[in-house]
Amino acid sequence: MEINFEQIVFYGFSALLILSALMVILVKNSVKAVLFLVLSFFSTAGLWMLLQAEFLAIALVLVYVGAVMVLFLFVVMMLDVRVAAARHRFTRLLPLAIFIAAGFLYLLHWIIGEHHFGSDVMPPPSNVEEGYSNVRELGKMLYTDYFLPFELAAVILLVAMIAAISLTFRGKRSRKSQNIDKQVRVTKAERLKIISYDTPQEKDKSKEASS
Amino acid sequence: MIQLSDYLTVAAILFAISVAGIIINRKNVITLLMCLELMLLSVNINFIAFSRYLNDLQGQIFVFFILTVAAAEAAIGLAILVALFRNRTTIDVEELNRLKG
Repeated sequence: MEINFEQIVFYGFSALLILSALMVILVKNSVKAVLFLVLSFFSTAGLWMLLQAEFLAIALVLVYVGAVMVLFLFVVMMLDVRVAAARHRFTRLLPLAIFIAAGFLYLLHWIIGEHHFGSDVMPPPSNVEEGYSNVRELGKMLYTDYFLPFELAAVILLVAMIAAISLTFRGKRSRKSQNIDKQVRVTKAERLKIISYDTPQEKDKSKEASS
Repeated sequence: MIQLSDYLTVAAILFAISVAGIIINRKNVITLLMCLELMLLSVNINFIAFSRYLNDLQGQIFVFFILTVAAAEAAIGLAILVALFRNRTTIDVEELNRLKG
């Protein structure tokens, strides 16, 4: 069985992905966990490149490694999280976790094994012809058939941005709002003032009476 | 030649690892969020593998939208985490039991 270059790339990136994912959940330090998560995203981008999804591989590196992971790193460094040495829960739950993960994999291997998705059932696709552009094809679909979902995705990002800002905003909120408590507790004396006032007719009458 | 089942196996192993991570990491909400990101990543690997082997580009469109929603989810989750840490000065899952749920 000869091993070609494609298989070397696939097994290399897969091993890197699984090892770094294991380190993400096993390492104690949160900063190191985020950095291993970055490594797993990079190796996934390599796998996607192998699957000829170039646009999404680049988007994964740019959006995830460039933005989301930096956000994670920022939050991890900003929060003063005690790296507690409480590992007893960890070791207590470890057998349960291994049991669930192994059972899950055992059940899944009936579905995703070679007898369902092997090379004789799902033959490997032929390579694309020269001049094929993944980005152009994706763009054509996004801007024609999937235009409404595309716009909705933009709205989702806008809503997420506004929500994140309003959740963490701590400055002075310069907005006009009602103070319901104060409104309910208002008394008549605060709002209504009765003054005595002489109308012009009454002034004339009092003049006549005096004269 | 690499089979489709190889890609699916890698994604399944990744998903199982992140499920195990959610179970064993009860101390830190940030790690839970990272495990969620890994889960979404494994689902995306499945989508792209099927998209390639079925010669259908719709899988990649789906991955595009999943990436968008996952980015929004991560941003809001981290914002909630920051607000939570300000109020309670902890993000330990065991200590966030005010709702007694």
